[in-house]
Amino acid sequence: MTDAAFPHRHLLGIQGLAPSEITSLLDLAEGYVEQNRSSDKRKNLLRGRTVINLFYENSTRTRTSFELAGKRLGADVINMQSAGSSVQKGETLIDTAMTLNAMHLDVLVVRHPDSGAVKLLSEKVNCAVINGGDGSHEHPTQALLDALTIRRRKGKLTGLNVAICGDVRHSRVARSNIYLLNAMGAHVRLIGPRTLLPSGVDRMGVEVFHDMRKGLADVDVIMMLRIQNERMSGNFIPSIREYFHFFGLDREKLGLAKPDAVIMHPGPMNRGVEIDSDVADDVERSLIRSQVEMGVAVRMACLDMLTRGLPQSEGDA
Amino acid sequence: MGARNSSGLVAYVNARLLDPATGLDTRGALLTNGETIADVGPGLFQGGVPAGMEVVDCRGLCLAPGLVDMRVQLREPGEEHKETLKSAGEAAVAGGVTSMVCLPNTNPVIDEVATVEFVARRARKIGLAKVYPYAAATKRVEGKELAEMGMLAEAGALAFTDGIRAIRNAQVMRRALTYAATFGFLIVQHPEEPSLAEGGMMNEGELATRMGLSGIPVAAEAIMLERDMRLVAITGGRYHAAHVATAEGVEIIRKAKAKGLAVTCDTAPPYFALNELAVKDYRTFAKLSPPLRSETDRQAVVEGLKDGTIDAVASDHSPQDQDSKRVPFAVAEFGGVGLETLLPVTLDLAHNGHMSLIEALRLVTCAPSAILGLAAGRLKVGAAADLVLFDPDRGWKVNAKAFHSKSKNSPFDDRPVQGMVMRTIVDGRTVYKHDA
Repeated sequence: MTDAAFPHRHLLGIQGLAPSEITSLLDLAEGYVEQNRSSDKRKNLLRGRTVINLFYENSTRTRTSFELAGKRLGADVINMQSAGSSVQKGETLIDTAMTLNAMHLDVLVVRHPDSGAVKLLSEKVNCAVINGGDGSHEHPTQALLDALTIRRRKGKLTGLNVAICGDVRHSRVARSNIYLLNAMGAHVRLIGPRTLLPSGVDRMGVEVFHDMRKGLADVDVIMMLRIQNERMSGNFIPSIREYFHFFGLDREKLGLAKPDAVIMHPGPMNRGVEIDSDVADDVERSLIRSQVEMGVAVRMACLDMLTRGLPQSEGDA
Repeated sequence: MGARNSSGLVAYVNARLLDPATGLDTRGALLTNGETIADVGPGLFQGGVPAGMEVVDCRGLCLAPGLVDMRVQLREPGEEHKETLKSAGEAAVAGGVTSMVCLPNTNPVIDEVATVEFVARRARKIGLAKVYPYAAATKRVEGKELAEMGMLAEAGALAFTDGIRAIRNAQVMRRALTYAATFGFLIVQHPEEPSLAEGGMMNEGELATRMGLSGIPVAAEAIMLERDMRLVAITGGRYHAAHVATAEGVEIIRKAKAKGLAVTCDTAPPYFALNELAVKDYRTFAKLSPPLRSETDRQAVVEGLKDGTIDAVASDHSPQDQDSKRVPFAVAEFGGVGLETLLPVTLDLAHNGHMSLIEALRLVTCAPSAILGLAAGRLKVGAAADLVLFDPDRGWKVNAKAFHSKSKNSPFDDRPVQGMVMRTIVDGRTVYKHDA
């Protein structure tokens, strides 16, 4: 039995979640923000539960965030990096799933470089699965933490103008955010050179701009995306210099948005590539550090919500 | 597979005879004598079957030429864990296919006389469906140097192609067409501009963007076809485009034919029976090359089949084992098996009212054999007795697990279809019989 507020066994993506389900997760996360700020950060909600972070891509921030979230709820958290493991030795995803099943874990957090790989794993394992980012497909906990960050600053999501800027083509963060912000009634704009905006993206309920000056006008939230050098399989942009000139966020371009517009970035930032240090470090406008804090709270909420549906005895040693 | 009498005469009576080559569609009978068709027609055995003949009562079902499948991958030599000539032969006859033409993308590549002879000899020994090889148009299918077309043809190669690889260099394609024209050989192209397809996994567009997968634009097919049409025009070569899958592709072929170029093309059942939505939820069994396209493209392919722009239907049988498909979409191999669904999915064209039964059958019998210069695919006295007996209306559900093919990667698994093969005859021998 899953919880009525969130009737899903896994969290594989934002697409398909109802607005009420998103709100339930965000509300639950609010409570964890307060808990994380108090001196007693631990709760024993997940005592006896096992959470495995299975990361097929290098990640420090997301993995640490999930690890902290699991530990603060009292779970046993184990990190599995693909480098050097059987995964690298050619074990298939399905064989890995069989191995994990034999370990009787409760929650599996997966990050994988291929779109759809987390879904494939979720079909083969007995535990709850959280998508920690799959290829260019989805990164649902990032979208949730972004939403929580915006909601706490702006008091709402509905009706806000949110600009997502940069490499939308390769970004799972952009896709999850488009789904979430649309579901919650925000107006989403995408800004970037045409090579970084994939075909058909204009049919995803967004307004598309190729000029920061036009796209940023009257915007409440600016989400900058990382230029993912490791994924730019071709020459999508001529040079970093040219990219920053037209699409990098600096003080001047920021001036085109609303006076109280806030800046977000999923990290890690490339200073001087997509964002100028001057604005990234502006404590008044930049919510980048707050995003990291919300990340832990949101992941605690996700772990909490998904384990509510699990049988009680499972995982006890 | 029952014992035959000493006379070697088998009378197929009470049949609905279908011969797309002549338009024959009538109640009648057919007589085979040993390996060949001895007589056929509505009047045959009206006065009863003479004694001493084996009699097969067709119970009013359709008796037609065995199917000619002009594009299959057999995986032998080299990838016998996916398919062998034997398992493919069993799959073929279970699907009513009595002749198949295999692509040269084996390991080693079919680019030498010895390999052509190996495939032909192995297939003859197995004695199921007949196998005719395509040979490589260029050595090692590398798209650089021309293969020994003349000698390969003498050894039995039917036509020349780099199979699942496009001949990408325009100069090489020009020379292949020109050289082949010396002997009147046919060049078969996988019409896809490789640089636009590179890294792509499915149809480019909204769905690919939502799924976070790299797309292959429709222009990849159109650009290669446009280029090739110009090369055909300047060389006077004979050209066949495999598995045309887009509206633009169909239109380019239509125009080339109107101009009088020696151009033909085929498509495969997925391209007129499915669209890109089949890959939703990352269904790797529907990851095909070329990719499944939009619904508009699918409808254009149906139109192309109706107006004759598309000459033939081939299964494009591409066996892949579980390890190649039960993986993330990006790393899954392309292709689907098709031998055992070729007939029923093609008959959908008739059942859906797009064409008559005999017109649908034509696409998988005499039409491909005419393109390739084969004698197969006709109910003709003196021709090899390669036949299929099928029930055009009997419904069943595709169950890939029950396939004879070693690989089960069908994009049609669980699909309800109509049209069941009851018996397949090769050279007068019954090589397949449906159990029930």
